[in-house]
Amino acid sequence: MSQKLTDLVDKESIQKAIEAALVNGGDFAEVFIEDRQSNSVSLDDGRIDNLASSSDQGAGIRIIAGETTGFAHTSDISAESLIKAAQAAAKAISGANSTTEIQELNFEASPVETIKTQHDEITKQEKVELLRSANKSARQAGDEISQVAARYGEKNRSILVANSEGVFRNDDQTKTLFSISSVASGDSGMQTGRESIGFNVGYELFEEYDVTELAKIASQRAIDKLKAKPAPAGTWPVVIGPGSGGVMFHEACGHGLEADLVHKGASVFANRVGQLVASPLVTLIDDGTMAKEWGTYRIDDEGHVATSNTLIKDGILLDYLWDSKTARKHKHKPSGNGRRQSYKHLPMVRMTNTYLQAGTSTPEEIIASVDYGVYVAKLGGGQVDTTSGDFVFGMVESYLIENGKLTQPLREGQLIGNGPKVLTQIEAVGNDFQMGPPGTCGKDGQGVPVGDGVPTLKVAALTIGGSA
Amino acid sequence: MNQEALLEQAQKIVDQAKPNEQIEVCCASSTSTKIRVYGGNVESLTQASNDSIGIRILSKGRQGFASTGSFSQAAIDKAFADARDNSEFSETDEDLILAEPDGVEPTQVDTWKESVLQKPTEEKVAIALELEEKALAADKRITGVRVSSYSDGFSQVALASSNGIAVTNRTTQAGAAIQVMSAQDSDTRSGFGFDGGLESAEIDIDVILDRAVNRALNMLGSKQPDSQSVDLYLEPEKAATFFSLIASMLDGESVVKVRTPFANRVDESIAAESLFLYDDATDKDSKAAAAFDGEGLATRRVSLIDAGVLQGFMHDTYSAKRIGSKSTGSALRGVRGLPSPGPQALHVAAGAAGSEEEIISKIKNGVYVYDFAGLHSGVNTISGDLSLGVEGLMIRDGKICESISECTITSTLQRMLLDISAIGSTVKHLHSGVSTPPIVIKDIALSGAS
Repeated sequence: MSQKLTDLVDKESIQKAIEAALVNGGDFAEVFIEDRQSNSVSLDDGRIDNLASSSDQGAGIRIIAGETTGFAHTSDISAESLIKAAQAAAKAISGANSTTEIQELNFEASPVETIKTQHDEITKQEKVELLRSANKSARQAGDEISQVAARYGEKNRSILVANSEGVFRNDDQTKTLFSISSVASGDSGMQTGRESIGFNVGYELFEEYDVTELAKIASQRAIDKLKAKPAPAGTWPVVIGPGSGGVMFHEACGHGLEADLVHKGASVFANRVGQLVASPLVTLIDDGTMAKEWGTYRIDDEGHVATSNTLIKDGILLDYLWDSKTARKHKHKPSGNGRRQSYKHLPMVRMTNTYLQAGTSTPEEIIASVDYGVYVAKLGGGQVDTTSGDFVFGMVESYLIENGKLTQPLREGQLIGNGPKVLTQIEAVGNDFQMGPPGTCGKDGQGVPVGDGVPTLKVAALTIGGSA
Repeated sequence: MNQEALLEQAQKIVDQAKPNEQIEVCCASSTSTKIRVYGGNVESLTQASNDSIGIRILSKGRQGFASTGSFSQAAIDKAFADARDNSEFSETDEDLILAEPDGVEPTQVDTWKESVLQKPTEEKVAIALELEEKALAADKRITGVRVSSYSDGFSQVALASSNGIAVTNRTTQAGAAIQVMSAQDSDTRSGFGFDGGLESAEIDIDVILDRAVNRALNMLGSKQPDSQSVDLYLEPEKAATFFSLIASMLDGESVVKVRTPFANRVDESIAAESLFLYDDATDKDSKAAAAFDGEGLATRRVSLIDAGVLQGFMHDTYSAKRIGSKSTGSALRGVRGLPSPGPQALHVAAGAAGSEEEIISKIKNGVYVYDFAGLHSGVNTISGDLSLGVEGLMIRDGKICESISECTITSTLQRMLLDISAIGSTVKHLHSGVSTPPIVIKDIALSGAS
């Protein structure tokens, strides 16, 4: 564990940096200090082939003056270095004609994280053995398995945020991750299967999850795909299974509800608050407070407390997601969604854990309602053009539905649709809500951890790219 | 820190090797400015400087790695201790060795333009503002600019190892980009444009605008097409996307770990006869020209496909040793990660199909591809399966027609290589580092409305 940030930087040097930042004027100044340590173990080709460690520490200083933001960062968090960075950032706003009264910093500590087993309480040897057991299990799943790669990762991130409005808060974010991917070989070539888990927890993750079971699932997925048939191209009813389908809502409407995109006219959901934008079965929530989930934190990277935000309720658009810059400009309350990849990046509006609330149908009756269509058990990554709302995402594991029953496994293919259109075409929402695997959301070149989830749901028509 | 100081720093760490250790250290330092403008004002101005260091230690064939984002002694000491400790826990692989100087002479490549260091901030802001203003004035259907940006910077890097590798490199870059939005009736679309090079003089604002504005306007009113078989016209940027996917199936690591369908197919015909594909960072016309690879060996020309026949693979020291061969100088690495083999400056040789106009005029039923969507989820380079969202323009009887969206193409990368039916006569050296002419891939299944 690294030293606590509050022991490394004192309040006085931060206060001085804020003063230095506002020397040319400005409405707002902020000092963001970060320490991150990560370690990983990787296994490939039957062997533990690498252990890697990474450490970073630094500060980013931001000044907002009217429409302009000045930003500079440094990897040295000494008092002098903070002042130098503040001066560099202030250069960008020279000539600002606004001033602000700097508030006295008032430290509010975040509650201590409830980590049961810290990463450094476990030896590297034990982490190595964890991957070995997963590798063994993945290979024993069938003679078809020809290659296995597995990875264990741990991350510890501490942040300290202070600004000219007197905010002075900290947070510690501990994450543990495991992933495995298997290759199966057969007459039809090679196919892959993957499984991953990740939570805001310590090493106790592996008390709850058995990596040998996850390994079997990944291998079985690869083996099943050897026998899979091409997905039927064209537009069909699609049933999406619980969990990983959340990525569709993240892509198809989550991004379009980010206030920065909305206010630049780059979202199909601009000017639609209060309107029916989705099937009345749809209640969509972004919740940064969900215990242990991958996109969870206590405070965002601007010092705002994470909240749960209902974006769409019974089909009606209620609100967008906000960071402090968009909230300030549009006189709205920040929603705790200002996030950044690291101290080297400017914060912007980002999602946390985005999910569709459970409905009342059973998964069995939803599947039974489809004569001919596709059941997607697992979705992969996706991509959206927020301006048009068009999205795509990959079907990692899917099956044909014939006469209300799952029949043939299908090969990988792409689902394609339009966000606003799909929202109105949701015909059933199940009672079996689950969160999906951990994700990384990319926006303007910055990646941040996010979670998403859905219950089983049915979309009247989606275009399936089919497969070769 | 300049290159000499970085090399000295790297060497100092390497010198701490114990008798049974091999150490490789990469140190880099970069400085950049990024300006975003919006509504005629500077939206943000970021001054960034990054230091990074990566330390790889091999101890009796066991590998440990650590990296840090600071040159402070405390950070370096921690990374060194972590790397050494990490090496104790990985498993022995006798093929895992550091690169040894192999006598191949490096090509001299100049990727440094002093002008980048001297450009005043006001001039940088002016470029982004001009771009935004011109985009908004281009057409009344252009309703906004999401972001208009300019960025430039320089980076210096040094690599040293206990095998006597000691190389440095420095490079400058400058670029500008815009994302515009268009609207007509209830339809909204966007378009993105970028241009750049080693210095701002290489930025052509009209090229950026043409790309962004034309795409945003042409896509207005686009419709989902019926499912059908089409020929794909891939302009150089899109051809580069395709060939980069192919290259990721032709690296030595994928071969030795059997993660590519081409592993055992050297000397077999895997592509159309007109295709010549090679990697060559010694070509000074390439935007990715470089003297050294990620392990400090001189770059060289590596033939991958000749007249459709698979010639071999790109290797780094490890993958080469696994098959009893020598590195082809194809190691790629970021400072904070391990080297692995891959393409540095991919080239597709010019074909005989002529200009863009000539190629399109011969297409009966096809799609001029503007964009692929879902590249990170819809392509599996192990199985070769490919399913991608496509946006673009229909081509009928040699003429560009209406725009299409909400459709996908489906094939396998293996099939697509064989189905290349035209290769243009003019190679474009792209900013991505790929050099390729436009190409046509025939008979692709396009899925849209049933």
